[in-house]
Amino acid sequence: MSTLEIRNLNVSIAGTPILRDFNLTVPKGEVHALMGPNGTGKSTLAKALAGHEDYTIESGEILFDGENIIGEEPDVISRAGLFMAFQYPSEIPGVTIANFIRAALTARMEEGQRFDAPAYYKELYAKMDSLKIDRQFTSRSVNEGFSGGEKKRCEILQMAMLKPKYAIMDETDSGLDIDALRIVAGGVNAMRGPDLGILVITHYQRLLDYIVPDRVHVMYEGRIVESGDAELAKKLELNGYDWVKENFAAATV
Amino acid sequence: MSNDTLTVEAATIADADIFSQRQALSAHLPEWFRSLQQAHWARYLELPEPRRLDERWRFANLRRLQDIGRFSPTPFERPEADDLVERAQVVENCAGRLLFVDDNLAAAREMDPELEKQGVIFTTLGDALNRHGDLVKKYFMAETPDLGSEKYEALHVALLRSGVFLYVPDNVEVKRPFVVYNFTQRNGGAIFPHTLFVTGRNARATLVDYQAAASPDTEHLVIANAHIHTGDGAESHHRIIQNWNERTLSFQLNTNNAQRDSQAKSIIVNIGSAQARQEVHGKIFGSGSNVEMYSVNVPTGEQEFDQRTLQTHIAPNSRSDLLFKNALLDQTRTIFSGLIIVEENAQQTDAYQTNNNLMLSEEAESNSLPGLEIKANDVKCSHGATTGRIDESNMFYFLARGIPPAGARELLVFGFLEEIIQKFETPAMAEHVRSLLAAKFHL
Ligand SMILES: Nc1ncnc2c1ncn2[C@@H]1O[C@H](COP(=O)(O)OP(=O)(O)OP(=O)(O)O)[C@@H](O)[C@H]1O
Ligand SMILES: [Mg+2]
Repeated sequence: MSTLEIRNLNVSIAGTPILRDFNLTVPKGEVHALMGPNGTGKSTLAKALAGHEDYTIESGEILFDGENIIGEEPDVISRAGLFMAFQYPSEIPGVTIANFIRAALTARMEEGQRFDAPAYYKELYAKMDSLKIDRQFTSRSVNEGFSGGEKKRCEILQMAMLKPKYAIMDETDSGLDIDALRIVAGGVNAMRGPDLGILVITHYQRLLDYIVPDRVHVMYEGRIVESGDAELAKKLELNGYDWVKENFAAATV
Repeated sequence: MSNDTLTVEAATIADADIFSQRQALSAHLPEWFRSLQQAHWARYLELPEPRRLDERWRFANLRRLQDIGRFSPTPFERPEADDLVERAQVVENCAGRLLFVDDNLAAAREMDPELEKQGVIFTTLGDALNRHGDLVKKYFMAETPDLGSEKYEALHVALLRSGVFLYVPDNVEVKRPFVVYNFTQRNGGAIFPHTLFVTGRNARATLVDYQAAASPDTEHLVIANAHIHTGDGAESHHRIIQNWNERTLSFQLNTNNAQRDSQAKSIIVNIGSAQARQEVHGKIFGSGSNVEMYSVNVPTGEQEFDQRTLQTHIAPNSRSDLLFKNALLDQTRTIFSGLIIVEENAQQTDAYQTNNNLMLSEEAESNSLPGLEIKANDVKCSHGATTGRIDESNMFYFLARGIPPAGARELLVFGFLEEIIQKFETPAMAEHVRSLLAAKFHL
């Protein structure tokens, strides 16, 4: 059961229902894209999966390799192997990227295991080089004063270092220039493989030219209303969301 | 602190016998110094205790001040302190080291002989009074903070008998720090450490005052003074690591005096004491100077850190920057009261004053009283105080990376304090401060 499976998930924020009977299965080894108009609940899905306490799970299941993770603390979910690249990463004054990632890695170590600092820096620098992040960034505070694109690259760096089983990338492409998009997509493609399932949330076909998805899902008003292959994203790019709204608005009112 | 926990016989600090005994033992010191002590003894007896309605003591816990009489000045003796000599190794390869236990010199003075040749003086105040009396006289108590603790300052001068004089002559630059260790040991003892740090023209030096206790269970009164005089074009760095034990009532009364084109930078780290009262007065006498006053404070348990500051701009075209950061846990209290004064002639002043409080407990209390008094018209001044909690979205960011809540909180608090810790330019010192602060979270 190497899947991230979401069954009939209902999530509300401060009493307002956002996700409604949401269903989605992302198997390991695949990349799925999730698209949909602003305010549909894509980030809500990501945060709810990550265990954010403001997102109340009213009903449903989130099965992580078959195990329900609803009710687990966010740090436990993360260590179990779920990674969320934030749409809006936080700026953390005074905590360097190197120390931040190090803390995340040591949190995953077994009792009594020693942290191998030289090996850590070697790997960190190699990954930074491939994402074209200047090595001096290791001593900068996490995201503080970073440009939009730098923040997104830093998210992917963290993902590469933490080696999750499932990753949700929430609009990682927004704020990236063409070159950065190519670099980030290259980084993600390098991680693709049988041990990782990825859900890419995006508004643009552009990203999917580089990270070609196995499946594309269209979300509207809290649920998936259409699924297809990579061609579906191209159709959206051409036609926008009007047809989705026309076909599905009535159903939810 | 209650009377019955004190195991030494009750002596009163305001006892005339104590004072005359001490005067008898300091017969070898210069006459001017001894008469200054006598004048301060009279002043101590004369000045009233702080009163609740005195604005300079607003919010402070006055109860502990009322029974300082039960502490007695520590006797002259050679301390038994081999373990403390071992502990006094925080900075390796320092330019010089002095170690006091209960105001008594506890190890031979250490100093790089090269510096001796260049005319650097780093010795006990007593030694300096005898050998460089005129130089000491020029600076000793020449400036005072004037922030409310005049009575305790008078007691300090009257009873002080040890201390440190660091003098770095014109054009001498010393990169490695001088380190002064003061330990408290004898239960019920009162000590009066004094630091006088003078840099000549275009000189440069760093002095670390490292304050700690031999054991956690003894009770002490500490009235310490530090006066920094930074000459024309000179650069001074002064650091205080205040880590008295948590049954100590401590005072730290400082002035930071900057002459023309100088850089005078100070950092105070507060870790210990039951109650720490600190007064720091930055005085900008010369134009083109830059005075930086930083402090990082992590009170735990029921500690009270009470800090009063003044930045007085007398000369034009200078900058002063104050940043005091508090992370409060448990049932602690902090008081920050700061005033920037810009005198009429101090045009083109840049003066900043910030106090940030990170509340880590519902029961902690921070009090902030920032103020400005500007008599010149062409100045840039800002002051501000903030009080907040850990940002929940930042917390979630850590959790979402698998870092458990306790570790996340600690990293966020350290991130908050790091802005000041990174100003220690000796990495070993910064690391040591981090470890002392970290220990406060792991009790
Ligand atoms: N913390 C919150 N409090 C109240 N409402 C919220 C909160 N977070 C999200 N919402 C609301 O939930 C709905 C879904 O928001 P969400 O951020 O999931 O949308 P999205 O699909 O990610 O949109 P976008 O494409 O703009 O990123 C929106 O109406 C939003 O205003
Ligand atoms: Mg979103």
